[in-house]
Amino acid sequence: MSLMSLTAVELGRKIKAKEVSVQEAAQAAMDAIMAKEESVNSFVTVLDEQEVLNRAGQVQKMIEEGTLNGPLAGVPVAVKDNMCTKGIPTTCSSKILSGFIPTYTSEAVKNLESAGAVIVGKTNMDEFAMGSTTETSAYGVTKNPWNLEHVPGGSSGGSCAAVAAEECSYALGSDTGGSIRQPCSFCGVTGIKPTYGTVSRYGLIAYGSSLDQIGPVAKDVTDCAAILEAISSYDKKDSTSMKREDLDFTSALKDDVKGMKIGIPKDYFGKGLDKQVENAVSAAAKVLEDKGAFIEEFDLGLVEYAIPAYYVIACAEASSNLARFDGVKYGYRTKDYEGLHNMYKKSRSEGFGTEVKRRIMLGSFVLSSGYYDAYYLRALRTKALIKKEFDKAFSKYDVILGPASPSTAPKLGSSLSDPVKMYLGDIYTVSVNLAGLPGICLPCGMDDKGLPIGLQLIGDCFKEKNIIRMAYAYECTKTYQHSPLSDRL
Amino acid sequence: MSKEYETVIGLEVHVELATKTKIFCSCSTEFGGAPNSHTCPVCTGMPGALPVLNRKVVEYAMAVGLATNCEITRNCKFDRKNYFYPDNPQNYQISQLYLPICRNGGIEIELEDGGKKTIGIHEIHMEEDAGKLVHDEAEDVSIVDFNRSGVPLIEIVSEPDMRSAQEVIAYLDKLRLIIQYLGASDCKLQEGSMRADVNLSVRKEGEAEFGTRTEMKNLNSFRAIARAIENEKNRQIDLIESGEKVVQETRRWDDNKEYSYAMRSKEDAKDYRYFPDPDLVPVFISDEWIKEVKARQPELPTEKLARYQREYGLPEYDAKILTGEKKFADIFEAATEICGKPKKVSNWLMVETIRLLKEHDMDPADIRFSPVHLAKLVDLAEGGTVNSTVAKEVFEAVFTDDIDPEQYVKEKGLQTVNDEGALRSVIEEVVKNNPKSVEDYKNGKDKAIGFLVGQTMKAMKGKANPGMVNGILKEILSR
Amino acid sequence: MANKINDETIEYVGILAKLELTEEEKEQAKKDMEEMLSYIDMLNELDVSGVEPMSHVFPVNNVFREDIPSEIDGREDTLKNAPSEKNGGFEVPKTIG
Repeated sequence: MSLMSLTAVELGRKIKAKEVSVQEAAQAAMDAIMAKEESVNSFVTVLDEQEVLNRAGQVQKMIEEGTLNGPLAGVPVAVKDNMCTKGIPTTCSSKILSGFIPTYTSEAVKNLESAGAVIVGKTNMDEFAMGSTTETSAYGVTKNPWNLEHVPGGSSGGSCAAVAAEECSYALGSDTGGSIRQPCSFCGVTGIKPTYGTVSRYGLIAYGSSLDQIGPVAKDVTDCAAILEAISSYDKKDSTSMKREDLDFTSALKDDVKGMKIGIPKDYFGKGLDKQVENAVSAAAKVLEDKGAFIEEFDLGLVEYAIPAYYVIACAEASSNLARFDGVKYGYRTKDYEGLHNMYKKSRSEGFGTEVKRRIMLGSFVLSSGYYDAYYLRALRTKALIKKEFDKAFSKYDVILGPASPSTAPKLGSSLSDPVKMYLGDIYTVSVNLAGLPGICLPCGMDDKGLPIGLQLIGDCFKEKNIIRMAYAYECTKTYQHSPLSDRL
Repeated sequence: MSKEYETVIGLEVHVELATKTKIFCSCSTEFGGAPNSHTCPVCTGMPGALPVLNRKVVEYAMAVGLATNCEITRNCKFDRKNYFYPDNPQNYQISQLYLPICRNGGIEIELEDGGKKTIGIHEIHMEEDAGKLVHDEAEDVSIVDFNRSGVPLIEIVSEPDMRSAQEVIAYLDKLRLIIQYLGASDCKLQEGSMRADVNLSVRKEGEAEFGTRTEMKNLNSFRAIARAIENEKNRQIDLIESGEKVVQETRRWDDNKEYSYAMRSKEDAKDYRYFPDPDLVPVFISDEWIKEVKARQPELPTEKLARYQREYGLPEYDAKILTGEKKFADIFEAATEICGKPKKVSNWLMVETIRLLKEHDMDPADIRFSPVHLAKLVDLAEGGTVNSTVAKEVFEAVFTDDIDPEQYVKEKGLQTVNDEGALRSVIEEVVKNNPKSVEDYKNGKDKAIGFLVGQTMKAMKGKANPGMVNGILKEILSR
Repeated sequence: MANKINDETIEYVGILAKLELTEEEKEQAKKDMEEMLSYIDMLNELDVSGVEPMSHVFPVNNVFREDIPSEIDGREDTLKNAPSEKNGGFEVPKTIG
C-alpha cells in the first residue's frame, strides 16, 4: 500500500513517530504522480523531484529539531494553480499566464509551509476558475479518477482528482461558486469552503473577489479540519480578512450530533435533481437523524435567483480582475501587433480561452453605461435578499443539508456547449458564496455507474465547527474507500 | 463679438498628498530613484496582490475637505474605474465615484475689483496616481515606470462657478495656499504635484442653460492655464458663430504651440464601468475622528491674516503678502518670535526677499535661509551695529548662503564706526577735498550735502553711522 | 429586455474588454450573451425596491495601514516577468503624447 493511501493526518502521525521519513512520503507522492499523471492529468506543474526531496529533507530536520510539530508537518500537498508560489510557475491554467513565475507566495500557502507542508506541484483547474469541469484549462483536461471518461468537476478539478487518485495527501482548492464542493462531490473526496474572510486571499489570483475563498481538499473530515486550521489566519494584507478567535476547527471533530438542528430546503429537491443523488442525500439525512439530529424540511426561498445573481456579480468582478492580463507586465504577449491597442486585443484574445472571454464580455456588459443599475445593482440587491433568507434559516437550524450538485460527474465533452445549462449545475453551491457562508462536501454514496455522490452541509457564517462536527459524525458511520485508484490505475 | 458670450469654467484639480507611502501599499512616494525601484506586487498589478488603505490619505483628504467647508461623507467607499492604459498596471484605477469622501464645499476668492466670490466645491475624492510613460522616439516605443503608480491623490472637483482666467487663477492660488498650510501637499504645478484640468463652455450672455463643455488637460503652469482658457473660449465662440457645434471631448493643450487638440480614439469608449472595489472595505468616519482631524488643523490663511493685523499690528497689505505664501508666514512667525520686531521682519520679507526671489527666479517655497539668521540681522540693523546699506549686503549673503550675520559682520569687519574722532577727521578731509560742493551748500543748495555724505561713506567703506556723519558734516559746514 | 445584443454591442464590449473576436466567434458570443442575459432577466421578477445593494457580506470597515515606508527595492522582482523590458521599465508600443 502506498503512503498516499493514508490520510494526511495519519501520514503526519507516522512521520512524527519516525515510522516514515518526510523524504519517503515525498518520494511516494512523486512516484504516484509519475505513475498516474498520464491518465489523470491532475497537474499543470509537477515540481522537480530533487527539489521536492530537498525540501522534504529540510522539513525532516525541522521536525527532528522540534521546530515543526503540527499534524501536517512533512505531508505532501498539491496547490491549485491560481495561488501564487514564489519561484514556481503559476498559470491559472491559462495561456495568458504562460511563463509567469511569481515573486511572492500567497498567504495561505505560506501558512501551509510554516506548518511543514511539502509542495509537490500545482494542480489543473478551469481557466481562471471559470467552469465546473476542468475542461477549460489551456493545459489539457483532467479526468475523473473514478472513470476516466468523466470530468472531475471544477474548477478545482485538478486538486480533487489528485487527492482521489492519491497523487498527494491533500490539496488546496478555491471556491467562488462551488469550485471546491462540486469537484469534491464528483471525485468522492472531502472539501471545505470556509466563511468568506477566513483564509487570506492575498496571492490568490482573483476571479470574483467578493466570493473567492481558499479551502482544503482531502480524504476525510479530520484532514480538512486540520488543514483549515493551518491555512486560516487574519492577514493585514487582505482588507477583507476577518479577525477570528475560533480557528481551532479540529476541536469540532466529535461524533455527536444529538440535538443539532438540520434544515433541508425543499427547493433543493425539485426538478433537475438526479434521482440517485436525491436518494443518497436523503439517506444521509436519515443517518444523521438516527444519530439524534433534529431534521426538518423548510422553504429556503430565492434558490433559483442565486445563479443569475452570482453570474452577474462574478463576471462583473472578473471582467475587472482580469484586465491586468494585457501582455505588458507578465505572461503572454502576442508576437505580431500594430500599436498598443492591437497588442492588447491580440494578446488577450489569443491568451484567454472561450469560457473566460464569454464571462469577461458578460461582465463588461453588465457594468457598462446604461446597464449597471439594471444588472449589477439588481444582482447586489438580490444578494442581500438571499443573505436574509439564510439568516432566517440559521435562526432555526444549525446546518442546512443538501446535495452539492444535481448529478454525478458528466462525461467529458458534454457540458461546455450550452453555458446556461452548465451554470444551472451550480444551483446548490453559488448561494453559499453570495452569502459568505461555510460549506463542506463529503461523499455519501455511489451511483449505478460507480461515480461518487456528494453531500453538502452548509453552516452559518463563522460556524464551520457545526458543519465539521456533523460531517465528522456522518463520516464515522461510513467505511467507504478513500480512493478508487490504488488498485485500478 | 466675444463680449456677448459668457465663459463658464469648472476645474478638476489633482493634488498629490504628502504621505510617506503610497495609498494602497508601503512603497515610498519619494521622487527620483531608478525606474520601478519604488514598486511591489500591489502597485504593479501583480496577480493576487491586494490593496490596503493608508490611513494618512483619509486624514489628509478629510483635512482638505474641512478646510474647504465640505461635508464629510461618513460612509465612503472606493470604486474601480476601468480603462486600459499601460501606466495603469491593473487596467483599473481605484478611485471614488459613488460615495466620495467630501462634498458640497466652497472657498472664497478675491476678485480683481476687490469684491469677493465663493467658488463651490462639488466633491473631493481619493484615488491612486498612474505610473510614468517615457517615450522613446527613435524606437517608436514607450517605457513604463511604476514608481509613481499608487501615489495618493485627491481630486477636487469645483462647481462651474468661474467666469474668467483670473477667477481660475485666484481659485487655484487659494486652494494651493490652504493645502500647503495643511501640509497635505506641496502643490507644485511645474512638478505635477498639483494638476488642473479645465472644463469650459461658453453661452450667450443671459442664457440659463450651459453650453457643451470640453475638458482641457496638460496645463503645467498658471500661464498655460490662462492661455488655454483664452484659446478655448475663442475656439468655441468661433465654432458657434460659424454655425457649428461644440463637441464634448477631452483636449490636450500644447503650451509651446499655444494650441489644443482633441484626444480622440475609437479605442476609447469613455465607459469606465465603475463599481465598488470588492477588495476594499468602506471607510466609516465618526464624529470623534473628524474632531481629532479638526483639532490638529493648523491656522489657515484667513485666520492668520486677521491675527497678523490684530496681534502684530501689521498693515493689511503686509499681512496679505506674508500669509499669501506659507513660507513667508513660517519665516515671519519664527523670526518675530526671536527678535520681537514684527514690522522689521515683515519689511525684510516684503522688500529684500521678494526682490531677491525675482532676481534669482525662485519660488518662495525654495527659500533656504533660517529665520534665526533673519532675526539676528534685524537685531544688528536695529541696534546700530550695521547701517542699512551694510545690512542689505549682509542679507544677500543670508539669502544665498544662509550665513550667520553676527559672525559674518565680525569676520568681514562690517560694524558701523561710531567713533566721533575718527569720523570727524575723515569728514574734515572730505570737506577740504570738495570745495565746490561746500560752496554750493553754502549758497543754499541743500542737496550738495548728500554728495558729501556719500564721499564720507565711500571713504569709510560704507561702515559709518549715517546719523553721526550727517550731524558732524552740518556742524563743520556751519562754521 | 431581450434582444439587446447586436453586432454593435459585441463590437462595443470588445473595445471595453480589449478582445478581438473572429466573425464566427462574434456570432457565437452574440448567441451566448443573448441567452445568458435572458436567463439573468429572471432577476426582474424580484421586487428589490428599497433593498440596499450588498457589496460586502460582512459589515467590516476601516481597515487601514499605517504610513510607514518599506525600504525594499522592487526593481528586480517587478521586472522579472516582463515580456519586453527596456531601460529598467516595461516596453510597450508607443502611446500617444
